[in-house]
Amino acid sequence: MVEAYLRQSPLSQLALPSRAVSEAGDAGVVMSERPFRRIVNLRGDPKSDAFLSAAKSTLGADLPLAPNSAAAGKDTSLLWLGPDEWWAISEDNTPPLADKLRDALSGQHTSVTDAGEGYTCIAVSGPKAIDTLAKGCTLDFHDSVFAPGSCAQSDMAKAAVVFHRLEGETPSFEIYVRSSFAEYLWRWIEDAAGEYGIAVTG
Amino acid sequence: MLEINCPYCGPRFETEFSYGGEAHIERPKDSENLSDEEWGEYVFMNSNTKGVFLERWVHTSGCRRWFNVARDTVSYKILAVYETGTEPPELDLRKDV
Repeated sequence: MVEAYLRQSPLSQLALPSRAVSEAGDAGVVMSERPFRRIVNLRGDPKSDAFLSAAKSTLGADLPLAPNSAAAGKDTSLLWLGPDEWWAISEDNTPPLADKLRDALSGQHTSVTDAGEGYTCIAVSGPKAIDTLAKGCTLDFHDSVFAPGSCAQSDMAKAAVVFHRLEGETPSFEIYVRSSFAEYLWRWIEDAAGEYGIAVTG
Repeated sequence: MLEINCPYCGPRFETEFSYGGEAHIERPKDSENLSDEEWGEYVFMNSNTKGVFLERWVHTSGCRRWFNVARDTVSYKILAVYETGTEPPELDLRKDV
């Protein structure tokens, strides 16, 4: 893990904090970066009760077993990535989850990998968020298909991403993208959202 | 554009997937004793079916899992999707010829 004082967000050259406003006003799309999240990639057998209970006691919630679903644990978002694969996401100031998971799962046939340093998170919300994302992705973002509280992996403007739709009435997405694609994707979304009006928040 | 029903993630566009060629080809167990001709047979000599073809796909941009697809190479219609390691389902071919 990188020393905190050496950390630099992959979007730092865009100087987003200098553009941040406190009120989004009538902007159709609100964007912000949520950098430095801890992401732990967890793999294990969903048919194993020992695995599920150890994961639950560490994460504070059941692992979501339904495809494309997410769950909220203790200080943690849990995203379903595959039939035996999940992401546990927490903020940087929470205690490291990976070590706790490794301890809880020791002796079991599982895999716990820190993945957070390779990604950043772009948050896109607002009444026109879905129209914006639909320009670059083949997923159906309608409420009836991509409900609040679900997640999906796909391509956004040809960059591989993980979408997490947050709970709430206004469409609100967190898009996890690899650091090397982050600036490209931010500029792409900002260009796509231009016609709706954009506000950047901190 | 094909819409492929990933057995894990659900229906997604073809652009999220990568193609893996013919399915159900078994790797020779005693590969160190194979002649060049037998290797060539295994590596290169796949069938080139006109009609229902059993093939492998991987959901590259999604769950990254491999699975098998039964697809009609004439109409491009996908007749069945099934997990790797399982037998293909019985297909009523008359409907689709």
